Amino acid sequence: MFDTIALVIQRAVVQGIPLLYGSTGEILTEKSGNLNLGIPGIMYVGGVSGVIGAFFYERSTETPSSFLLVLIPLLTSLFGSGIMALIYSFLTITLRANQNVTGLTLTIFGTGFGNFFGGSMANLFGEGGSLALTETSLAFQTSFPFADRLGSIGTIFFSYGFMAYMAIIVALIAAFVLKKTRVGLQLRAVGENPATADAAGINVTRYKYVATVVGGMIAGLGGLYFIMDYTSGVWTNGGFGDRGWLAIALVIFALWKPNVSVLGSILFGGLYIVYLFIPGLERSTQELFKMLPYVVTILVLIIVSMRKKREYQPPEHLGLSYFREER
Amino acid sequence: MSKTAALELKKVSKRFGSVVANHQVDLTVYQGEILSVLGENGSGKTTLMNMIAGIYYPDDGQIFVDGKEAVIRSPKDAFDYKIGMIHQHFKLVDVFTATENIVLGLREEKGFDLKKSAARIREISEKYGFEIDPDKKIYQMSVSEKQTVEIIKVLYRGADILILDEPTAVLTPQETQKLFAVLRRMRDDGKAIIIITHKLHEVLALSDRVSVLRKGESIGTVITAETNEAQLTEMMVGKKISLNIDRSEPKNLTDRLVVRNINCSSRDGVKLLDNVTFTARSGEILGIAGIAGSGQRELLESIAGLQHVDSGEILYYDPKTGAEENLRDKTPLQIREMGVRLSFVPEDRLGMGLVGNMDIAENMMLRSYRRGKSIFLEKKQPRTLAEEIIKQLEVVTPSVNTPVRRLSGGNVQKVLVGREISSSPSVLMAAYPVRGLDINSSYLIYKLLNEQKENGVAVIFVGEDLDVLLELCDRILVIGAGRVTGIVDARTATKEEIGLLMTKTEGGEAHG
Repeated sequence: MFDTIALVIQRAVVQGIPLLYGSTGEILTEKSGNLNLGIPGIMYVGGVSGVIGAFFYERSTETPSSFLLVLIPLLTSLFGSGIMALIYSFLTITLRANQNVTGLTLTIFGTGFGNFFGGSMANLFGEGGSLALTETSLAFQTSFPFADRLGSIGTIFFSYGFMAYMAIIVALIAAFVLKKTRVGLQLRAVGENPATADAAGINVTRYKYVATVVGGMIAGLGGLYFIMDYTSGVWTNGGFGDRGWLAIALVIFALWKPNVSVLGSILFGGLYIVYLFIPGLERSTQELFKMLPYVVTILVLIIVSMRKKREYQPPEHLGLSYFREER
Repeated sequence: MSKTAALELKKVSKRFGSVVANHQVDLTVYQGEILSVLGENGSGKTTLMNMIAGIYYPDDGQIFVDGKEAVIRSPKDAFDYKIGMIHQHFKLVDVFTATENIVLGLREEKGFDLKKSAARIREISEKYGFEIDPDKKIYQMSVSEKQTVEIIKVLYRGADILILDEPTAVLTPQETQKLFAVLRRMRDDGKAIIIITHKLHEVLALSDRVSVLRKGESIGTVITAETNEAQLTEMMVGKKISLNIDRSEPKNLTDRLVVRNINCSSRDGVKLLDNVTFTARSGEILGIAGIAGSGQRELLESIAGLQHVDSGEILYYDPKTGAEENLRDKTPLQIREMGVRLSFVPEDRLGMGLVGNMDIAENMMLRSYRRGKSIFLEKKQPRTLAEEIIKQLEVVTPSVNTPVRRLSGGNVQKVLVGREISSSPSVLMAAYPVRGLDINSSYLIYKLLNEQKENGVAVIFVGEDLDVLLELCDRILVIGAGRVTGIVDARTATKEEIGLLMTKTEGGEAHG
């Protein structure tokens, strides 16, 4: 019994990590006033960029070092998602394009980009139509050696690859920065009221760019984790599913607090896979259970809007462009 | 004068597209003095000050601080020159505390420590006599508290030159006196203070010297002690105009609208209107005075059927039949058809009456489209009406087909008021119809309201300038925190009396 619970928790965490990356990135972005709906696409690109990097490194050498096996996909992933976030930033911040339209377009583009390159590579080089980056994935999946010996405790706490721990650390750092530092205060001011931030001498454009690009890169890591750790380095088209949207829902659920989103991501992860543990479900009834995270998000929205506390609201200037000389 | 000026502008110009906001403006302010910058709305006062504060960058001209030329490209540069501006629309983050707002954008060497900052804020407050709680969130504060935060913000940054943009616009007379006392204390402390205003009596009461702007150009600077209201008005407006509004004696007074004990509350259960009772009579102008947000909007919307009324009754007497109707049972459309007109001019002007992207003729149709007989739009009549209004009210617009959004504030208001009047109402409600208008347009609006009154319309006028209310209206209803605190005769009442009524409320939560 206890083993089953431990297993459920472990799987919930594994499911939750991509969401945690995505929501941490999106929270940083939204705190700067940018509603980046391109996050699902960016996570796709983050994943496939890592795949490309890993693939070429694996092919280039007979004896890959595990350090480079980790570092190269990490860097290519950051690069790919960074470029995507940069495109979004340039369009919405510099050119002041509509954020929703830009974001949705990037999601469509990112998904297509991922499927095209991931799918092509799998077709060209993979066996049986799928590409397996075994060595890279082994490096990513390396967990604490003593995990096996600790039974359930080990399963719950120590059985993950390093990126899972990194996700939590990144989220906690983001929470600390937002809450306790001057940079965080200024970033929040930009998202709440850019005119005020501007008048206070804060470089609004720079804050928006940096927050959006860093946020995009963090979100992209969610895609990388999914491919390298969760699916053991196997790329399948569309495999990432709707996790990007779930990450955005998680932002609302967590009330724009990355530390809340650590627990939220595990809850969402759990709800996402709960159907696996309920006996007697058909393929069609499974889908009902997959709805649960969204249902919970809607409930949270209702409860929060009933309580009407200003601190629980999204940044006031979210989704709007800022233009200083507009009168 | 031999002493160096704290701040000097030489031939500063700024254009927005084809509009010249400032043309070769000169301005000088010395340490230890209060300088008023006086001018009508749209005379370029705020633009000029925004250039000093680094919000805009001048196209032309020079700025000197302490005798040395200064380049102010951003608000940050302005801070470095020890210039601080308190904007008319507060630049505060609502969900932050006073302290967080005050330290925002600062780079203190000691590091980031909100507790230490709060202690310094208390220190400053004591020195100049402010009352403020550094840990209170902005959205929980009253308007005057927010203003205090703004002032402390610039003092905290060590500003020696303070610019205040229309600081008294949102304050009660009592709060204004308090603010003036603080400003005098700062002047005696050696600070240079610039205050932008269009209220003459404040200029005379507070400042040492006055600089007047008209249509973006500087007209001149005079010493306050050596001038008077008439001279300043002339400088400001260009020609002598009578400050008197023609007020005729009300005729044929009959009850048109009787509001009895109405109550309203917001979604959170906060009382917006508390047992409001009054009568509006045909042939007179009923003024409504009160601090912004005291329930004026809710009151008008209740009558127009746009606001849910919890209890009480709103009785309307039909001018033709004399029949009594309760407006509470009617839809907004039915109320309109009965001749009750709301020309509501909310803060953002376009908000509730007009559609910005539609042209003037189309905006006329918003009221008449239901009368069309075929499935196609009947465009001719609204077009004629639009042209009439443009002619009669001197609306400045390239054509009838120009989107309303592109007109200036004054012209937008004229279109809105013109449309509501054109339908010959029996009750006309106007909220802040002259906000943002220059003196000439304001008087045109007053004249229109007076004409309506003489035609036997019951006019309800919500205003913010007490002088105007006293000169225009026949009776003034004063509202404070959703309660009627008094109804006075405008011919005999004084400003102080009304000011006291405006603040006659228990508890401090009214401002929100």
